[in-house]
Amino acid sequence: MTVPIISLEGAAPALIWTDVGAVTDIPLRGARRLPSPRGDIAVFRTGDNRVFALLDSCPHKGGPLSQGIVHAASVTCPLHGRVIDLATGDGMGADKGRGCAPVVPLDVREGRLLIGLVEA
Amino acid sequence: MSRERLVVIGNGMAGCRAVQEVLKRDPDRYDITIFGAEPRVNYDRIMLSPVLAGEKSFSDIVINGHDWYRDNGIVLHAGAAVTAIDRDARIVRADGIDAAYDRVILAMGSDPIRLPLPGADLNGVVTFRDLDDGEQMVAAAKPGARAVVIGGGLLGIEAAYGLARRGMAATVVHLMDVLMERQLDASASFLLGDALVARGVETVLGAHSEEIVGDNGRVTGLRLKDGRTQPCDILVMAVGIRPATALAKAAGLEVNRGIVVDDAMTTSDPRIVAVGECVEHRGQCYGLVAPIWDMCRTVGDTLTDSGGGYRGSALSTRLKVSGVDVFSAGKFGGGEGCEDIVFRDAGRGVYKRIVLENGKVAGAVLFGDAADGAWYFDLMRSGAPIADIRETLIFGQAITEGLRGLDPSAAVAAMPDGAEICGCNGVCKGVITGAIATQGLTTLDAVRGVTKASASCGSCTPLVEKLLGLMLGDGFKAATGPAPMCKCTTHDHGHVRRAIVAEALKSLPAAMQALEWSTPDGCASCRPALNYYMICAWPGEYRDDKQSRFINERVHANIQKDGTYSVVPRMWGGMTTPDELRAIADVADKFAIPAVKVTGGQRIDLLGVKKDDLPAVWADLNAAGMVSGHAYGKALRTVKTCVGTDWCRFGTQDSTGLGIRLEKFLWGSWTPAKVKLGVSGCPRNCAEATCKDIGIICVDSGYEIHIGGAAGLHIRGTELLTKVATETEAFWTVCAIVQIYREQAWYLERIYKWMDRVGLEAIKAFLADPDDRKALFERFAFSQRTSRLDPWAERVAGRHAEEFQPLSRRLEFAPA
Repeated sequence: MTVPIISLEGAAPALIWTDVGAVTDIPLRGARRLPSPRGDIAVFRTGDNRVFALLDSCPHKGGPLSQGIVHAASVTCPLHGRVIDLATGDGMGADKGRGCAPVVPLDVREGRLLIGLVEA
Repeated sequence: MSRERLVVIGNGMAGCRAVQEVLKRDPDRYDITIFGAEPRVNYDRIMLSPVLAGEKSFSDIVINGHDWYRDNGIVLHAGAAVTAIDRDARIVRADGIDAAYDRVILAMGSDPIRLPLPGADLNGVVTFRDLDDGEQMVAAAKPGARAVVIGGGLLGIEAAYGLARRGMAATVVHLMDVLMERQLDASASFLLGDALVARGVETVLGAHSEEIVGDNGRVTGLRLKDGRTQPCDILVMAVGIRPATALAKAAGLEVNRGIVVDDAMTTSDPRIVAVGECVEHRGQCYGLVAPIWDMCRTVGDTLTDSGGGYRGSALSTRLKVSGVDVFSAGKFGGGEGCEDIVFRDAGRGVYKRIVLENGKVAGAVLFGDAADGAWYFDLMRSGAPIADIRETLIFGQAITEGLRGLDPSAAVAAMPDGAEICGCNGVCKGVITGAIATQGLTTLDAVRGVTKASASCGSCTPLVEKLLGLMLGDGFKAATGPAPMCKCTTHDHGHVRRAIVAEALKSLPAAMQALEWSTPDGCASCRPALNYYMICAWPGEYRDDKQSRFINERVHANIQKDGTYSVVPRMWGGMTTPDELRAIADVADKFAIPAVKVTGGQRIDLLGVKKDDLPAVWADLNAAGMVSGHAYGKALRTVKTCVGTDWCRFGTQDSTGLGIRLEKFLWGSWTPAKVKLGVSGCPRNCAEATCKDIGIICVDSGYEIHIGGAAGLHIRGTELLTKVATETEAFWTVCAIVQIYREQAWYLERIYKWMDRVGLEAIKAFLADPDDRKALFERFAFSQRTSRLDPWAERVAGRHAEEFQPLSRRLEFAPA
């Protein structure tokens, strides 16, 4: 099982920001996989050029969300089709509130993608 | 009183027609003399292409023979080129012949434009204007010889077609990207290109001619700017015409591009009128026959003082290439403030586009079925408002007139039995009502199954439903429509498929815009469906949207529960070799692939491959000669075979060979859902063909072709579709089935489900006509030209490399 890199609950931990590439390295309506010490991260880019990062693991059965089809600000998991809200990691529709893919801190500066990881 | 003297310069279509118009009005007014540069009587220049093609002889295209000249007291000087008009002395001078005149008709026509290319003076470089040109081409047209025609306009295409009919390999080289761009829009031009290929004429578009190359003073080829050379034994320049004005200019008449005439067709000299391609009227020159006939009527009026006048002509065009029905008129390409009504029937190769502006017909282009061209042209010229006939306008005059002013049911009742209801399948009202009455049909689907009516594009569905209503009264309830494709749209799959074709929607954004999608970029259900519909509708043209592919089709492997992938190389017909098996074993060792399994489709599955390893795994499999098995796609999967006559003592035919032949032709094709084939060499059916999407059972007398089997979620035996005698017929028929399925089924609809929806009888009907089968086969073959590529090899070569690499490895060793 992958362990969340950060927890959204409680005090915000100090983050180390790492440049992991350009926004344009991710296809529009697509995603890339980003290996990390705590498991893979999925970095998404929507059709209207927004970016999101979630742990690459569907709350349903751990499917790799980075391999799903991205539509509006959501992704459909390739294994069993659960639709995940990219902004919250939560399921959508009937799957809302049935588990979350943890959100990974992501920032964009001058077209570069910065991922924030908790300090060791 | 002596008669006035009328001298006509030009013995062509315009000159003689003008004379006829004069004679019609006042046969006794003039003594008439005609000079013609060609040594022959008046013939129909438009029909030169059929003469070139060998479909007609010269005597077939003579308009006025010697008796016409004799009966009307006309003196003909054929082969006498006029050298001067002496306007002071009022004498027309030819070689050794002087003719005094009171009035003159100038009808010299036009000269073909010769491009000033290097080598244009070589032997074998000709233009296409008169019978002599045609004869020169025919002389060169030995079967197997090659012709290049520069110019993809009306004349160039006709010349190339004629030469192809004479057994030559003809190629049209055209500067523009659209054939006949002055008459056709891009869609019709595309269809024309295809139709020409079927008639042995290749087209090279967007091609700049640079030099005509030759050997010993004789043409051998045409070199293009991009460096390519088109070899040829004859080169025809058909790039356009120029009004023949030299004589008029020398005589001091006013000349711009053509000889300037007023609305009475009178030149700057009131004794001289001009007509045809040599004139310029209100700034316009004409090269088509209809306006020239209008001009000739005016010349008749002017020369007999009958008033009248010429105000210019609206233009329409018909192409005379046999079997290709093309019509265009007016603003056929649309434009700002215009609306389009478009109808396409891929099955018949029909494309119709009516352009509306301010509620009136402003133009039309018709391809494949131009029967209503004249009607649209009349509507356009008369400027009649069409608001009340708009809904049926595209179906043509017969349907529209039948319905005008009536309420819909009464209108349908009033239609004659011979009225065509279903244009796609040519089904008349009487056939439908007859089938309803005699076979007790009560549903739309039943009518579709029995008659094919409304089974293709579906646009006549309301008409068919009204007929059912008329026949059955309250006994008929129109079916409630099928469910929407997904939550992004209210439209069902069938509607979306039709709209993509009918409205020429060639990208996902275009389709979503036109069909009013309620989401910005669709969802995981509609995007793959739309992407497939585009691939099917616009083969070779549409660029696959990889972001709209399900992961398996995006990375060409099957995702597994742990995010690894499985890899299944193709084994043609289930046959393999020791070398292939060794390569598979080596790959499994090299990449530590944890599981190797034999599949139900007679191949080998490598399970647990890491995504990043896929290109390297494929490279090794490619190196051993293996390609993608598409085990991951809505595509052709396997063709399972038994060993047939090769080994089996019961085999009746070479089932393995047929299976391999089919798989090698069908592989790479994208389909609405997966397609599995089986070929069994005898009715013992060891290849289990009768639970496949398409199954072939070989028997002593031929091949039974079955469809609609399934052995998964549902268990279904196949239904017998047809039986054919030869392997080649079996091959063609299977390809035709795959194509009709590709064109008609809804995304994710397996053949058995599609068959349940449209009916086996409807599918039989689609394939009944050999011409339809051939057309389906050809469309499939066309699509396969750009599909039958190994996606693995493309990715080994670096395509979409980022797909198989992580975004970054910088975090891997970051603080943990």
